Amino acid sequence: MQLSETISTGFLFLAPWLVFFPVIGLLINLIFGGRMSEKAIGWVASAASGAAFVVSVLLAYSVSAAHGEVLRWTLAPWMHVGDLAIDWTFRADSLSTTMMLVVSGVGTLIHIYAIGYMHEDVRFKSDLGRYRRFFVFLNLFIAMMMILVSGDSYMMLFVGWEGVGLCSFLLIGFWYDMDTLGRPSWANSNAAKKAFITNRIGDFGFLLAGFLMFWKLGSFQFDSVFEAAAEVAHNEPWVIVAITLFMLIGVAGKSAQIPLYVWLPDAMAGPTPVSALIHAATMVTAGVYLVTRSSELYTLVPQAQYIVAMVGAATALFAATIAVGQYDIKKVLAYSTISQLGFMVAAVGMGAYVAGMFHLVTHAFFKALLFLSAGSVILGLERGHHHLAHHGGHGGGHHEEVFDPGDMRNMGGLRKTMPVTFWLYMIGTLALAGIFPFAGFWSKDEILLDASLHYPTVYILLSIAAFFTAFYMGRQIWMVFFGEARHDAAAHAEESKPIITAPLMVLAALSILGGALNLPFEGFHNLGHWLEYTLHEVEALPLNLQVAGISTALALTAIVVSWLIYGRKPLTKGQPDPLKKPLGLIFTGMENKWFVDEGYWAVFVNRYVDISRFLADYVDWRFWHDFVHDKVIAGTYNWLSTIALNDYADQKVINWFFDGWGRATQWLSATTRKVQNGFVRSYALSIMLGVVVILGYLLLKP
Amino acid sequence: MVPVNYYIILSAILFTIGALGVLVRRNPLIMFMSIELMLNSANLAMVAFSSAIKSLSGQIFVFFVIAVAAAEVAVGLALIVQIFKSRHTINVDEMNSLKG
Amino acid sequence: MTIDLILFLILAVVAIATALGMLLSRNAVYSALFLVLNFATVAVFYVLLGAPFIAMAQITVYAGAIMVLFLFVIMLLGAEKTPGNPKWSDYILPAGLALVLVLESIYLLISRGVPSGEIVQPEASVNSVDFLRQMGMALFNEYLLPFEVTSILLLVAMVGAIVLTKQEKGGRG
Repeated sequence: MQLSETISTGFLFLAPWLVFFPVIGLLINLIFGGRMSEKAIGWVASAASGAAFVVSVLLAYSVSAAHGEVLRWTLAPWMHVGDLAIDWTFRADSLSTTMMLVVSGVGTLIHIYAIGYMHEDVRFKSDLGRYRRFFVFLNLFIAMMMILVSGDSYMMLFVGWEGVGLCSFLLIGFWYDMDTLGRPSWANSNAAKKAFITNRIGDFGFLLAGFLMFWKLGSFQFDSVFEAAAEVAHNEPWVIVAITLFMLIGVAGKSAQIPLYVWLPDAMAGPTPVSALIHAATMVTAGVYLVTRSSELYTLVPQAQYIVAMVGAATALFAATIAVGQYDIKKVLAYSTISQLGFMVAAVGMGAYVAGMFHLVTHAFFKALLFLSAGSVILGLERGHHHLAHHGGHGGGHHEEVFDPGDMRNMGGLRKTMPVTFWLYMIGTLALAGIFPFAGFWSKDEILLDASLHYPTVYILLSIAAFFTAFYMGRQIWMVFFGEARHDAAAHAEESKPIITAPLMVLAALSILGGALNLPFEGFHNLGHWLEYTLHEVEALPLNLQVAGISTALALTAIVVSWLIYGRKPLTKGQPDPLKKPLGLIFTGMENKWFVDEGYWAVFVNRYVDISRFLADYVDWRFWHDFVHDKVIAGTYNWLSTIALNDYADQKVINWFFDGWGRATQWLSATTRKVQNGFVRSYALSIMLGVVVILGYLLLKP
Repeated sequence: MVPVNYYIILSAILFTIGALGVLVRRNPLIMFMSIELMLNSANLAMVAFSSAIKSLSGQIFVFFVIAVAAAEVAVGLALIVQIFKSRHTINVDEMNSLKG
Repeated sequence: MTIDLILFLILAVVAIATALGMLLSRNAVYSALFLVLNFATVAVFYVLLGAPFIAMAQITVYAGAIMVLFLFVIMLLGAEKTPGNPKWSDYILPAGLALVLVLESIYLLISRGVPSGEIVQPEASVNSVDFLRQMGMALFNEYLLPFEVTSILLLVAMVGAIVLTKQEKGGRG
């Protein structure tokens, strides 16, 4: 805050409103939502998010006006205990404003999209309460994400980190009492729990990193930590290595990297806008943001950087192979997201923070576009299905089996019925596949270029992953939009309303033009220069035609191959995937996600359940309850109270004592009673005796 | 001249004889007389001390003791008469109504 | 051996003898008479000690009033001779105790140095009017409250004696 006196802070005072606007939005919906119309609820939430976007723009402008100076705005003190001093301080610098813009910008578009989408969702059933709750959760998510990206300390970041985890849980399990098809089931709840628990593992790592940080570096505030880290890295490098690797666990949890990525595909159980917003564009990139934010720590320890890069690259390839074998339109995108997050993590691991952030931004655009378009496709199919159900249809298909509008095997030929969605999807696909000149081409290329210069292994892995990316996206396009409809619903699919397609068009435009943020030409490294304010070492690389050429060639080859397999001879109804026969076991592996979930079940979950059972049945029930409590404690107590205390202490000792006391008193009184014989002379004798004795005492007294 | 001690010793002897009378005799009248004797011996000692220290207090005490003794005898004899009237005996060894 | 001492010793012997006579007489009337004699001897002692007023009170109250009352009651109840005279063995314990008591008090007297001065015939006793004035002043000034309490005590004793001995009327029939 000392800085604020010397330099203009511009609109910095608005920083807390990043959080307040969404909170106000959710409070309005929470308190007055019951009396508001469906549209009003959606627009209030969207306006809240939009207001946060406006604040983000103003903050970005302020940072720009301050020439990249870090701006801080302390709202209130939080914890001041001993050496620990944490405040609610908002931090506006080029990195955090970038994240704010992405989160609130994409978030607002998705809010608007959700107004239409949630209305159309077959599970909606005019349940306005649930509709309202959805937007409350979305606003809460925006607020939490803003805390995450605008915090000036790891602790505040952690609050946001946990907050978005909570929102993720709430929204994955939004249809908690049914599965993705609306059947009564706990599938969605289980997916939510899986996401939450997996994230807890990662958060534990983050917490350990935080504790270690405070123990060894003495602070949570970013700049203090970095300052202290430089010295500690010189004396005790293991501390920084440990902090960064523990942080990597957190990153793996939140950004769905190996080995904690398993929750993200299941998270598709949430409504599609949620998948787009939380599980593609914003929350899952928090890990990338964290690594970028901690760049000064990672730069100190190349070993940790290498591990991060390898984890990212391995995840990128691994997830890409699984995506090839998926049939659910959203599952393919989910694995694609994991793969792309792998790209980003690999980039930030290599120290190519600008490339990572660049890919984060463009990915937010085109992956949100893809998810939302997929949502549009699903809605289209649902409309087709609905149409069939009402107009008799052909053979009453909906009676025979439950129709899955997300299964690509039910689609085909949507190019004709949903042309707008088709073109939007194409743009997203091309951007994701990395075709010139779409946004994905530039950002992915920058990552590959960095990798080719520093980490050949990572370069090879990522290149293969890029090939697979183009391939599975091509496969999806051919399966969904080309060929003939493999289901009556697909044949009767209808285009979505403008409220759904309008936000998509904005995203599509961004996906096309997003590359302009950071073109690899002299004078066009805009994002690089912007982030340079925060990240001190930025390597502005020129376009390397060789790398760009190879990646483009790979992508084009992959698309052609996918056309050969899926496009040239479109799938017919009920036909198995054409790759199944030639690839055999490999495809089975891809189809079944390489049995990672099953492996986790076998290795961790079942063992955990076994341990729990053991603890419950043996340790708790048999040992603790039956033995320790019933036998040892209760038994001892019983023995003590019955035998020792009652029989002996009470009956024998205390009772005996008081009985004896009573008998002694009786005996004494019976004896002394006889003294009172009523004879005057004997009383006189006692008096005489007393006189003699007292006189004797007086005599003998010294 | 007679030393005070002689009077005191005489008083002690008379007192002891009186006490013996209370202890030994069974006739309540004689026990009563013994008590009078004991009172007298005490009076004697007090008067002796009074003379020895040239103070009138001792004699005044004796005066009071005589007055109290007169009252005591009046009540005591009335009691004995009443006991005799109700039980037709005055042998103290036959009276133990207060036995515990 | 002065006259005083000889007189004292003779009177002491008489006093002890009459006391013993009272104690040992089988006839209650004899006991009473022995006691009268004893009281008279003590009255002589009082005179010797320079307390003529007490001596007179002794004679009139004790010998005159109390002992007459005793004799009256003895004869009224016919209790001259009561059965169950003490045997010699009855004396052993009380006499032993009495002996111890006497020895103790004598020893106490000697060892604790009670005023060992001698009794001189005071001059005041010659002038008995002066002496009586002093006595009266003391009684009605210094000891007024005990004096009045004593008078009340005597009244209560009188009432008590009447209540105890009066015949119950009617109620007994």
